[in-house]
Amino acid sequence: MTSPETAATVLSVRDLSVDARTPEGLKPVLRDIGFDLASGETLCIAGESGSGKSVTSLAIMGLLPKASLRVTSGEILLGGRDLLKISNRAMRQVRGGEIAMVFQEPMTSLNPVISIGAQLTEAIRAHQGSENAEAVALRMLEAVQITEPARRLQQYPHELSGGMRQRVMIAMALSCQPKVLIADEPTTALDVTVQAQILTLMRELKTEFGTSIVLITHDMGVVAEMADRVLIMQGGRLIEQGSAVAIFNRPEQPYTRQLLAAVPRLGAHAGTDGPPRITPQPAQPPAEDRTPIMNVQDLRVTYGSPASRFLKGKPQVHAVDGVSFDILPGQTLGLVGESGSGKSTTGKAVLGLIPSSGDVLIDGRNIAGLSQREMRPVRRSAQMIFQDPYASLDSRMAVGAAIAEPMVIHGIGSKSERQDRVADLLRRVGLTPDAATRYPHEFSGGQRQRICIARALAVEPKIIVADESVAALDVSVRARVLDLMLELQETMGLAYLFISHDMAVIERMSHHVAVMRGGKIVETGTRREIFEAPSQEYTRALMAAVPIPDPELYQKRAGAN
Amino acid sequence: MLLVARRLVQALLILLGVAAITFVLLYALPADPARMIAGRSATAQTVANIRHELGLDQPLLMQFWHYLSNLLSGNLGRSYAQKTDVWTLIAARLPATLTLMAAGIFVEVLLGLTLGTIAAIRRGGFVDRLVMMASFVGTSAPQFLVALLLLYLLAVTLGWFPMSGFGGFSHVVLPGVTLGLCGAGWYARMVRSAMIDVLNQDYVRTARAKGLSSRRVILRHALPNAILPIIAMIGIDIGQFMGGVVVVEAVYGWPGIGQLAWQAIQQVDIPIIMGVTLTSALAIVIGNLLADLIAPIVDPRIRTR
Repeated sequence: MTSPETAATVLSVRDLSVDARTPEGLKPVLRDIGFDLASGETLCIAGESGSGKSVTSLAIMGLLPKASLRVTSGEILLGGRDLLKISNRAMRQVRGGEIAMVFQEPMTSLNPVISIGAQLTEAIRAHQGSENAEAVALRMLEAVQITEPARRLQQYPHELSGGMRQRVMIAMALSCQPKVLIADEPTTALDVTVQAQILTLMRELKTEFGTSIVLITHDMGVVAEMADRVLIMQGGRLIEQGSAVAIFNRPEQPYTRQLLAAVPRLGAHAGTDGPPRITPQPAQPPAEDRTPIMNVQDLRVTYGSPASRFLKGKPQVHAVDGVSFDILPGQTLGLVGESGSGKSTTGKAVLGLIPSSGDVLIDGRNIAGLSQREMRPVRRSAQMIFQDPYASLDSRMAVGAAIAEPMVIHGIGSKSERQDRVADLLRRVGLTPDAATRYPHEFSGGQRQRICIARALAVEPKIIVADESVAALDVSVRARVLDLMLELQETMGLAYLFISHDMAVIERMSHHVAVMRGGKIVETGTRREIFEAPSQEYTRALMAAVPIPDPELYQKRAGAN
Repeated sequence: MLLVARRLVQALLILLGVAAITFVLLYALPADPARMIAGRSATAQTVANIRHELGLDQPLLMQFWHYLSNLLSGNLGRSYAQKTDVWTLIAARLPATLTLMAAGIFVEVLLGLTLGTIAAIRRGGFVDRLVMMASFVGTSAPQFLVALLLLYLLAVTLGWFPMSGFGGFSHVVLPGVTLGLCGAGWYARMVRSAMIDVLNQDYVRTARAKGLSSRRVILRHALPNAILPIIAMIGIDIGQFMGGVVVVEAVYGWPGIGQLAWQAIQQVDIPIIMGVTLTSALAIVIGNLLADLIAPIVDPRIRTR
């Protein structure tokens, strides 16, 4: 750790303001942002979406989209020069040479038609000349600990996994030994175990190359593991800054406290069996000794086609490979796993949305082999909420009509009865009945997810499959939506199949937990069993990879290893 | 290689289909080739003789069978009017048409790529609007009108290029530009929208973040991605092109297969019409095959494993 008082300042941002050009005129996006980055320091900029943290980083890089965003005042000082005043040519030397950047989306941040080697050497040639560019590229891939580095140089981005691509991005960024590395949500799109590897790598490289890091993230767990100092942003303003320990232990601003309180902490509910409300509420009614609302036996989903006499067939992939579980009424099964584990496919298959084999009993009825028409009454008792609240509502349909649609399909009630029910549902999910006449674009992500929940509740289902339903939401919004789901479970006796990659969210929501990997359930049990005494190595690895939102605890754990 | 083999089989089936459809369409025509050849004053007996000589009195299926079996041995038949082997006639004119098509595609792609890219970079600005307006005019202007305007301006008034005929480079400029101009507007629009899409991609931002010049970002990173959809377009576009070739060859007196087809249609010279149609179909099939073979070179994601 470097103390900022003694170390030299590398980068200094003073009173930076950025305006957005909108049809309604100029709108402030950043207001008077100011901070110093010390040599060898990791500075985390944390905040929720729309807080201006990414705009800050793009402004430093001089990469703001000219058409829509404009710096109105301020200075960005690097080695005594104001980056806002230097020529384009000089700025190009800074970009990639002195300040490099790693972006959020490893899947789309590399050019799909250019080989990894060419993309790496290009950055090196731009700043260090052509000599030994290949050798440097290879050395960088070795430094980021990628497997078979020499082979990767010949490969194209689509041949690499997300984690490998992010390693390539880091190699590219560090290849010219920049003074500052800006990483904008570098691990958000990655699985938790891969995230842990990338974060470790970044810490090692920081020491090796002596780079200062600006890490932008919404994840307070990542902040706790990485930060020397923390800036908290909200609505385009810097509202609090301080050392990581100070921010976590003695947050001054109410917003910072709220942000920290909203972070689900793994292990926070140790010793209890049911999911407690985030805001304290009476205990749940026990829901044992009842017949399961959903019973899944040996569910299999296979992609590809078997070979026949005439066709070679496509290689078969067992996306779900013999999965079985029960869900009791009023209870939640948390289905957790990394991307590609088959958890989402399972969620779709149990509702008959994709072809599968095996038995799925919903409320006592086997859906295997049912026709579309026969499925309809079953669909009434089992509904789904999707991940992306922006894409799962029809933008041309008024909210009321969207919520009423399932009732129309199932022939429930008269028109006026449906209207009353829509108003009632909107109140239940914490919106006002007048929302019914408005359109989805008028609502925030959290509000839209509430609307999706209201739509799912319209036909009075007994079980809801929630597939990564809060993954796209900011932490504080996420906490409120999770709370709503728990409240609805309590009052309506709903059962959930809650699918998530986030161990902390799973711990908060579930009565039972099933851990999936490679299409199979590798471990299942009550929440207590899974989180307090996991029997599988994989489950333990998943949990160990979750960042702890507590810098001191993290130091202890890191020291113990 | 499996791809090529599969494509060849497909090509054969397509050509067979084209042959069958053209054959039926031509024989459904109210025009009688035997009467056309015999002339107005010929007796019914003469017409019947000619019809028998050409095999036109046989059932349609028999005629088609004869045609196909000849075709499989590489024989396109003999022209009714010119009494010459159809393939000899086509082969003599093919180089002229291929030259014209190459020139047309060159103009089309060069103009389309350049203008489309510039419009995308200057999106919303004056240059963008100018290019879009020009491309609109280009796509909607009838080809014969463009041809006549160019002739009047550059050949008659300024005398820079010859009026018509086939020969050196100067002869190919006007027909090539005429043929390419209309398509260029279309390509400019395609390239512009593909380019705008690509310029918003994360990897373009990554390229900028490396400190590359705008020129390199656009030429090395954006353009190869933007032309991916265009490559497939060029293959399909050759069909459109054949239509334009007939018009342009007629206006400029270009001795290609378009002219040959034009004459043959007037004379109901069925073997030549069939021959030209099949040649065009073959050109389209080859164009698409080339597009399919070029695409994997540019895009590693679709290379066969």
